Amino acid sequence: MARIVGVDLPKNKRGEVGLTYIFGIGRNLSRTILTKAEIGFDVKVKDWTDDELTKIRTIINEDLKVEGELRSETQLNIKRLMDIGCYRGIRHRIGLPTRGQSTKNNARTRKGRKKTVANKKKATK
Amino acid sequence: MSRSLKKGPFIDFKVERKVLAMNETGKKSVIKTWARRSMISPEFVGHTFAVHNGNKFIPVYVTENMVGHKFGEFSPTRTFRGHSGNKKR
Repeated sequence: MARIVGVDLPKNKRGEVGLTYIFGIGRNLSRTILTKAEIGFDVKVKDWTDDELTKIRTIINEDLKVEGELRSETQLNIKRLMDIGCYRGIRHRIGLPTRGQSTKNNARTRKGRKKTVANKKKATK
Repeated sequence: MSRSLKKGPFIDFKVERKVLAMNETGKKSVIKTWARRSMISPEFVGHTFAVHNGNKFIPVYVTENMVGHKFGEFSPTRTFRGHSGNKKR
């Protein structure tokens, strides 16, 4: 069982993929970590030796911001935008896209599930 | 796409001149401006600007956190009052 910064890594995945289960590490970062630690990308997580594990741990602890720390950082960034009352902050407050996307249709990621509004009555002639 | 670093930030010349003059004399007054595209530079902190939104001037008090943003971001141009029948809030 490999446990790094509070996350259990899947045993049977390749090391390159396994590391991406940590929030803040994607494929690219995962590869740079593994090359730094001199471990092959294809070595399964369960096949890492303790030595290699500690190497990976030190690399992550020393120069990466992951998991909770990273999450709180992004939250703080959003909070800053909301506090200074700029356009992006306002959009964050009302839960709409912040980067100028169209909101006539779609934008469902920000707006959440559809809220259906009852049809207006048709005017009869 | 973000602005080229080579050019440096765009700060409206007239606004900057007024602020610098005010900093020298130590006076403070509201500066009316239409320059929504102008970046807020560190010298502007503590001043109040009246930023035009196409209809009227919105007072913006510049704090330290706002440096690097633009005036237009603090002066919304659209009013959305909610849809009909949406009585919540």
